[in-house]
Amino acid sequence: MIKEYFKDVFSGIASLLRGMKVTLSYFVRPSTIITQKYPENRAELKMFEAFRGEVVMPHNENNEHKCTGCGICEINCPNGSIEIISKFEVGEDGKKRKVIDQHIYRLAMCTFCGLCIKTCPSNALAWGQEFEHAVFDRTKLTKVLNQEGSTVQKGVKE
Amino acid sequence: MEQTTTKREDISSIDYQEFVINMGPQHPSTHGVLRLMLKLKGEIVEVVQPHCGYIHRGIEKMCEHITYPQTIHLTDRLDYLSAHMNNEAVCLLVENALQIEVPERVKYIRTILDELTRLASHQLWWCAFGMDMGALTTFFYGLRDREKILDIFEKTTGSRLIQSFNVPGGLMNDIHKDFQKEVKEFIKYFRKILPEYDQLLTGNVIFQQRTKDIGILTKEDAINFGVTGPSGRGSGFSCDVRKIAPYSAYPYVKFEEKLQTKGDTFSRYMVRMHEMWESMNILEQLIDNIPEGTHAVKMKPIIKLPEGEYYQRVEASRGEFGVHVISDGNKTPYRFKLRSPNFMNLSVMHHISRNHKIADLIAISGSLDLVIPDIDR
Amino acid sequence: MPFNIYDFSTFTQWIHEALTSAMSPFWVVTLEILFVGLAFLLFYAVIGLFLVYAERRVCAFMQCRLGPNRVGFQGLLQTVADLIKLLFKELITIKYADKLLFNIAPFLVIIGSFLALAAIPLANGLHAVDLNIGVFYIMAVSSIGVIGILLAGWSSNSKYSLIGAMRSGAQIVSYELSVGLSIITMVVLAGTMDISEIVELQRGGWFLFKGHISAFIAFIIFLVASTAEINRGPFDLAEAESELTAGFHTEYSGIKFAFFFLAEYMNMFIVASLGATLFLGGWMPFHVPFWEGFNTVMDWIPPFVWYIAKTGFLIFIIMWFKWTFPRLRIDQLLTLEWKYLLPFNLFNVLLMALLVLLGLHF
Repeated sequence: MIKEYFKDVFSGIASLLRGMKVTLSYFVRPSTIITQKYPENRAELKMFEAFRGEVVMPHNENNEHKCTGCGICEINCPNGSIEIISKFEVGEDGKKRKVIDQHIYRLAMCTFCGLCIKTCPSNALAWGQEFEHAVFDRTKLTKVLNQEGSTVQKGVKE
Repeated sequence: MEQTTTKREDISSIDYQEFVINMGPQHPSTHGVLRLMLKLKGEIVEVVQPHCGYIHRGIEKMCEHITYPQTIHLTDRLDYLSAHMNNEAVCLLVENALQIEVPERVKYIRTILDELTRLASHQLWWCAFGMDMGALTTFFYGLRDREKILDIFEKTTGSRLIQSFNVPGGLMNDIHKDFQKEVKEFIKYFRKILPEYDQLLTGNVIFQQRTKDIGILTKEDAINFGVTGPSGRGSGFSCDVRKIAPYSAYPYVKFEEKLQTKGDTFSRYMVRMHEMWESMNILEQLIDNIPEGTHAVKMKPIIKLPEGEYYQRVEASRGEFGVHVISDGNKTPYRFKLRSPNFMNLSVMHHISRNHKIADLIAISGSLDLVIPDIDR
Repeated sequence: MPFNIYDFSTFTQWIHEALTSAMSPFWVVTLEILFVGLAFLLFYAVIGLFLVYAERRVCAFMQCRLGPNRVGFQGLLQTVADLIKLLFKELITIKYADKLLFNIAPFLVIIGSFLALAAIPLANGLHAVDLNIGVFYIMAVSSIGVIGILLAGWSSNSKYSLIGAMRSGAQIVSYELSVGLSIITMVVLAGTMDISEIVELQRGGWFLFKGHISAFIAFIIFLVASTAEINRGPFDLAEAESELTAGFHTEYSGIKFAFFFLAEYMNMFIVASLGATLFLGGWMPFHVPFWEGFNTVMDWIPPFVWYIAKTGFLIFIIMWFKWTFPRLRIDQLLTLEWKYLLPFNLFNVLLMALLVLLGLHF
């Protein structure tokens, strides 16, 4: 009875000391600190290639993109973040063709599921690595992905 | 347990006043917007009445209006700590219904990601549980190690928490070239760190006193209430779907289903601690043997399930997660029902925390490891 | 001006004489009271603010974090910024609260810690009041704080606050006993309750070494019990963040909340300095008998530094407790006191009396 009582006391104290050893071992080793100073380390802060920051439409040096305005991404988007506004343009051969006017992407509604990028038949969309999305006005989160005056790349199947 | 009941009798002879407090929807240890209505007699909890619905988004109904690939991004947001498993349930269901055989590579990668998710989830549970008990330092140690898994996820899937990486027919994209190396590094690291968890919390005399013989759930009750996952296994209820109905690459690996018999808070804790070791064992068996091949089979652009009822269950990190779909042959399901483990686990709350103290209630709810969005769906 | 860093008594004596020669005794006392009061207020604020910062840094390092490091050099001004924020915050009045008690409570808590500070010798001669029952006085005034906590919980008209306050009442009443008994053990060794004399007696060696086994047990019990008495983790049941949101000060906001917060840290400072005074020799330098050279070097370090270092060490231990252990349950807390600490303590007083009687101490 008394033996057990003392055994409880000493094993209890030993267990507490074991715990204290762990915290102290971290206290005396500042090298184990893993938090980073965020705005200061912006320069070396690189996101991984696959990082889903936002949906972007890559343009080449001639301001050309691959989007044909087919609307598959719009259909596949589960929450209506994408809206495609198309216009009719008379091509070189005199035929009227449907081309993209604006590819509207609402970042505020996007859930980053990646279906638009996966289903795009011409690989026009990609993930951007930008992650600092905070803005003061929510209308700024509605973006037009195709740049001003951009045209469809030649050779992209319609 | 005995101690508290005798205390109760002592009190009952005195004139007392019962009072009701609302724990939640904003409370630090309900981990979300769960509201527990407690009827207290002094410190002793008489009645626990959970009130759900503060984060009800109608996911089941929403799923009836979207196509099968699109449901993935909603099942992510149920139990966000086992997002990958939830997605896998939907994908397996669709694949089984269409009788598509996915490549071996997909099976292996899915299983590896499953186990990594389970590890990350248990780490978060461990640190939050420690914090519920008042040991605030555990929170940071757990998160620190979880961060390493999340980095692996980010490199391959692009997201840290809700990956949406599974698609019917395979995976969104192939794994990163460093994936295997990093997982192996992580296992090596975590095998060294995990004993530290035990030193800090498991062995601690205060912790053991707080958890042993608290909130005892018998095996019968666990089966009756449908408590699955580590919480059920703590009561000796063998309910591991990975064993009962193996899916993906689980038939190829050797692992043990960790059971405890006592059913108290400490056994539920120990089951999860053992599961972390077991998850690492599974990972080690798989990580070097990922077969070559494609990461997805070509699916039709519009997936339509044949008419009929389908059910698929997986072992999520908190228990059995099931998807029940009734299809009328269209591209959207006619009825989409989810069996979420946390809802069942919550239902025992009153049963096992009656006649305990408020502090015990916190320990019990921590040991059940509730994720509120999964309860409300 | 005879300012001597090793002995402040000449300095205070000089001030007193200068004042007496200039004005009547009544004005001398009034001015001196004002001067000491202001000095203490400043000391209190600086120490309180610094301790909040220190706690945040210590816990951050234990948790693999950096902690506050933005405001001022290494974040030293962080707590000052926090204080300014708290000063500007709205004081929310609770509709059904007992207004008078609700407003008094934070002041009661602060007064308790403020009074206790007066009897502690900060350095050689730097001593507000040198009572011949100094230990007794500190014990008495430090329990005023619990009234403030009880009133805060009761008057807030909130169930969480009430539970927290009632827990705190049960806890402090029990742990007062253990703190008292462990102090009595040391008083038995010293044979006096006068704090300055207790410090003086430790010139040859600290009581922790003089009283060896018995003093060591008393020291451990004092550390545990005083951690409980000041409501700090792992005994922070009155606050119990994960159970009662914030316990007794749930309903307080702005500067009234800051008072509770500051009082918690000052209480920690007071028990640490009491522990340093009773067990580690207060401002006495560390001496090893027959090591003359070593002792001279130790004497060269000013007493105030010794005092702060010892207190800081004890504060670190108390912080270390908080950031390692899980919280106890209320019944376990009382079990620890009545089944473990109290029997050990009673036995220890007996042992110490025997040691003193037989002259077995150094």
